[in-house]
Amino acid sequence: MENPVILKIDRVGMHFGGLEILKDVSLEVKKGERIGIIGPNGAGKTTFFNILTGDLKPSSGSIYYKGENITNVANFKRTNAGIVRTFQRNNLLNELTVLDNLLLVLQRKHHLQNVWFKKRNEKKYPKLFEEANQLIKTWGLEKRANEIVKKLSYGEQRQIEILLGIAINPQVLLLDEPTAGMSQAETDYIVDLLHNLPKDLTVLIIEHDLEVVFGLADRMVVLYDGGILIDGDPNEVRNDRRVNEIYIGKEEAAAHA
Amino acid sequence: MNKKGFVLIAAVMLLIFSPFIFSLFYLNLVTEILILAIFALSLNILVGYTGLVSLGHAAFFGVGAYMSAILAREISPNFFLTLFASLAAAIIASAIIGIFCVKVSGFYFLMLTLAFSQMIYSFVHQSTTITGGSNGLSGIPSPLIGSLDFSNPVYFYYLILLLFILIYGGLSLIVHSPFGQVLIGIRENETRLKSMGYHTTLYKLAAFVLAGGLGGVAGSLYTSFNSFISPSDVYWTMSGSVLIMVLIGGSGTMIGPVLGAAFIVILETIVSSYTTMWMMIIGIIFILFVVFFPKGIVGLGKLLFQSFSKSNKLSAISGKKSNALYNNDVKN
Repeated sequence: MENPVILKIDRVGMHFGGLEILKDVSLEVKKGERIGIIGPNGAGKTTFFNILTGDLKPSSGSIYYKGENITNVANFKRTNAGIVRTFQRNNLLNELTVLDNLLLVLQRKHHLQNVWFKKRNEKKYPKLFEEANQLIKTWGLEKRANEIVKKLSYGEQRQIEILLGIAINPQVLLLDEPTAGMSQAETDYIVDLLHNLPKDLTVLIIEHDLEVVFGLADRMVVLYDGGILIDGDPNEVRNDRRVNEIYIGKEEAAAHA
Repeated sequence: MNKKGFVLIAAVMLLIFSPFIFSLFYLNLVTEILILAIFALSLNILVGYTGLVSLGHAAFFGVGAYMSAILAREISPNFFLTLFASLAAAIIASAIIGIFCVKVSGFYFLMLTLAFSQMIYSFVHQSTTITGGSNGLSGIPSPLIGSLDFSNPVYFYYLILLLFILIYGGLSLIVHSPFGQVLIGIRENETRLKSMGYHTTLYKLAAFVLAGGLGGVAGSLYTSFNSFISPSDVYWTMSGSVLIMVLIGGSGTMIGPVLGAAFIVILETIVSSYTTMWMMIIGIIFILFVVFFPKGIVGLGKLLFQSFSKSNKLSAISGKKSNALYNNDVKN
């Protein structure tokens, strides 16, 4: 049985003044797909994500989620409907502990956010804390649970960035360069975690590290100059002459230099 | 029992026995401190916990104060009537003003709250038939509950103390509740909270209305306390004073605004008996705090406590084994 289309992007265009970032981008995403999005800097990858999450309104075109037009739906409502993102640059609650960051996500997920007269502690919310501690354990952050986020290493913060996204139990997860700036060991760790995500979760991943993205994706989309250049099988994309020229070629040239 | 609980109980005991310890003059001072502490606590919900710096909080204080004054003079000085009517009026006013203000942030929020509060001020100042204009309203009868008359300063003190404890306790629960944690989250990173699925605008409005409503309560109590209210209590300098109380005390903490209110009221009383330039003195002290102790009295206290316990630890390490053993026992 063919998987249903969960996300449909229909001729989306975006321009800031005279500057055209995206031109008539159309894409159909099926449930459970792992789509890698690559392209040179300035190709419009992050703008594309911002439009999907509702952080930006497209200048033209529409977005459908499970068949419903969500083009004008606010970002927080999209999160609650299951479209969740992580940020390219760590965007955490820096002055709070790792646990508190996570609890904010989980209390929203379990609809506890409007309780006013009950202190949020382990005694009164045992299930909430249990789930948080379980997640922290899975991610190997036990020793960091009660540390202030800004005191952690960049790699650890990056991990939390992704953890906060996944903790919501999204249906569509948008990962914006999840391994940017990480060491090889940290990258391997994240890739491993991403491999173990539930199979029915749809993932769109922007990534500069081609090793990572080819390893995770079962479909590749190449964005170039605001449009989709190629959309297909990773092997096909890897061997495409145009991709080599505009993207991989440059990297290799840089590596050889 | 932990240290915090001990300090809390000691403070409450002191407050309960104040009428037996202090002369009437000082008892009135404590009453005023408690009322202004409620006002500062309410602003702290916005400034300290949600991260929205308002320079128009006197508006809601004023709405509550005038509501209370007019009702007590024209209809009945029943305490519950004036209190709940002031609360309701302040909630309505802050909901209307809040809808506009929470749409903007930072500097624009500050300017917008200031503009709205000045609108209320000029209304109060010019509607002479309702508010008495620049003369204010005087001769406001003291509150009654049934036949119990609160013109007795000791009775009134206990009434205020009871309300203060209720409000302080309620707010401490709220700031540690899941809802309160959302407000703190907004202060730290609103973008992230949105992407966690929170309708942050609604939460900011809730904080604004909560702050405004309690500000109105403080205004109502202030009117009963002084049996007089004038437009100067709605003016932007009043918003400034309460903001200074929050900042000097320590914003984003529960006890901070209370200490700030006590500090400013006591300072004002002492300094104004020597010189008429007390505003300047308070200004200088405020500057010193902002520059050297941006976390206020609470931050200063923590700093002193830490250096104190550090030197204690050092002496424990330098030879006193029995002391270390004792400490372990206490922990276990």
